[in-house]
Amino acid sequence: MNLPVDMSTTLGSAWFPTPIFTASGCASSGKELAQFFPLNHIGAVVTKSVMSKPRHGRPTPRMAETPSGMLNSIGLQGPGIDSFLAHDVPWLLNQKSRVIVSIAGETVEEYSTLARKLRSVSGISAVEVNISCPNVENRGLVFACDPDASRRVIDGVRKTIGGEIPIIAKLSPDVTDLPSIARGVVDAGADCLALINTVLGMVINIDSMKPHLGGKTGGLSGPAIKPIAVRAIYQVHAALPKVPILGMGGVASGRDALELILAGASGVSVGTASFGNPNAIIQIQNELRELLAARGFATLQQAIGFAHREEMP
Amino acid sequence: MAAINKNAIQQIVTIVSNKRVGAYHQILLNVGDIVKNCRPGNFVAINVGGENSRMILRRAFAISRVSENSQYGGTMELIVAPHGSGSKWLCAQAEGTEIDIVAPLGTAFGIPTEPINALLIGGGYGSAPLFGLADVLKNRGCKVDMLLGASIGLKIYAPMEGKRSVNSLKIYTEDGSMGEHGRVTENLLEIVRDRNIDVIYSCGPMAMLSAITALVADTDVIHQCAVEESMACGIGICMTCVLPVRNEDGSTSMLRTCIDGPVMDGATVRWDLVGKVPEVAP
Repeated sequence: MNLPVDMSTTLGSAWFPTPIFTASGCASSGKELAQFFPLNHIGAVVTKSVMSKPRHGRPTPRMAETPSGMLNSIGLQGPGIDSFLAHDVPWLLNQKSRVIVSIAGETVEEYSTLARKLRSVSGISAVEVNISCPNVENRGLVFACDPDASRRVIDGVRKTIGGEIPIIAKLSPDVTDLPSIARGVVDAGADCLALINTVLGMVINIDSMKPHLGGKTGGLSGPAIKPIAVRAIYQVHAALPKVPILGMGGVASGRDALELILAGASGVSVGTASFGNPNAIIQIQNELRELLAARGFATLQQAIGFAHREEMP
Repeated sequence: MAAINKNAIQQIVTIVSNKRVGAYHQILLNVGDIVKNCRPGNFVAINVGGENSRMILRRAFAISRVSENSQYGGTMELIVAPHGSGSKWLCAQAEGTEIDIVAPLGTAFGIPTEPINALLIGGGYGSAPLFGLADVLKNRGCKVDMLLGASIGLKIYAPMEGKRSVNSLKIYTEDGSMGEHGRVTENLLEIVRDRNIDVIYSCGPMAMLSAITALVADTDVIHQCAVEESMACGIGICMTCVLPVRNEDGSTSMLRTCIDGPVMDGATVRWDLVGKVPEVAP
């Protein structure tokens, strides 16, 4: 018999009973998945990145299935921060769900404004700063690919909300030197890192002989990108072993979640897997608990970054 | 407990039969008590490709009809066109195969409380959910007429037993190989006028739904259409299946066809904006 595993984890000052979370943009604001499992049974709901104003997002088609993955091009459709804070957050807190709010902006200023608005609502566990969404109108606006812009966004958010709730900077894998970008945002005040956002891709429709997605490019997610996530988490954890990582990218089973944890993730978000299986998050959480127990881990904490042990003195 | 996906459950179910009917497959699933919550217009999301498939997304299919008292218990019928890799996989599954479904999903056709004159219009396999709907409408005392169209006769789905609930059935094919030569929209306004149609229920390609909406725009006819937009999740979390829909205040919202559809009021859909981005949000 295996002893029960202590699954609790922390991201900065925020504590969670389990390390399995929804992924931003893959659970809306929780209401849709609540039919399938109680939202307070998982670590936290990470809400879809919200911007200052309501947004229609991009034209359809917004989706293309790819081998073991999918491309999406939603363009941050959403209700805007005011409606979100008035309706979605209170509903989630009422479900006793822990909430990580993801914010996205088009300017450094917009991020600060969003963070300021979060201060008016109590009960939010952490803020995820989505600086790497490749789906905004202009490829030039991907802050996460520009070390200086990344730092400025996080610095602005830190000045507004720093010290009150943990700041999680969500990074893009579409960069040459991820550890240096990570170090930059940590120096600017990020308490944690979220790795990885989707990988920019494209599908061409061979009937129309044009890009299939309305937005032309899209973010690749699903099992196809899991090795990229494992690599990114491993590299960043090696460079910054004290900075907690919320890992995500193609996790579809407990084994996948364990891989990310061994690479250095303190928590794991499940995204695209929920599209194919609304109960995926709960199943992954149960599988992870069994896998940890089978490997003799009494606590999740012992497994975080365990794949690095040979390099450690 | 939840307001969205209120009756949906995920369940492993068994294929009890899989028959080829013209260009389609008629697939019968033993789904047990799920049938109690299925209404005409609802859809089912099915896991395809088996355990190690590279297809990671469910496929959405309109529920053609359900039966509570069949010899297998509750059964659900689907009419599937083996078109893409997912539907081809499903059509290739033998009787006895277990598949993973989530159902029922989406909105249902509104059923009038009064006996009305209904016209059901189906394009291609879009006719599938209309026969179940015809039964329900007939049981409410409605007069049900039906128009079916397809490119070729082989793609007309009109089962013998389905015709029992229909007062009249008119078939159109674009190549003239079955029924009349042409499209279902050919004499639509005359039919609506001659038969005093109150409500049109439609299911089929978006171009057909859009054309019907335009034709009845200046009439009092209500047009409930089941739309088809490509979906990743079917449960409202991926935001890919959106359609521009006019709100009461005149503004436009991008609504998810999986939870705010598939059945929508044709008059509120901004067909002109499908595949485009609406004006700046309010």
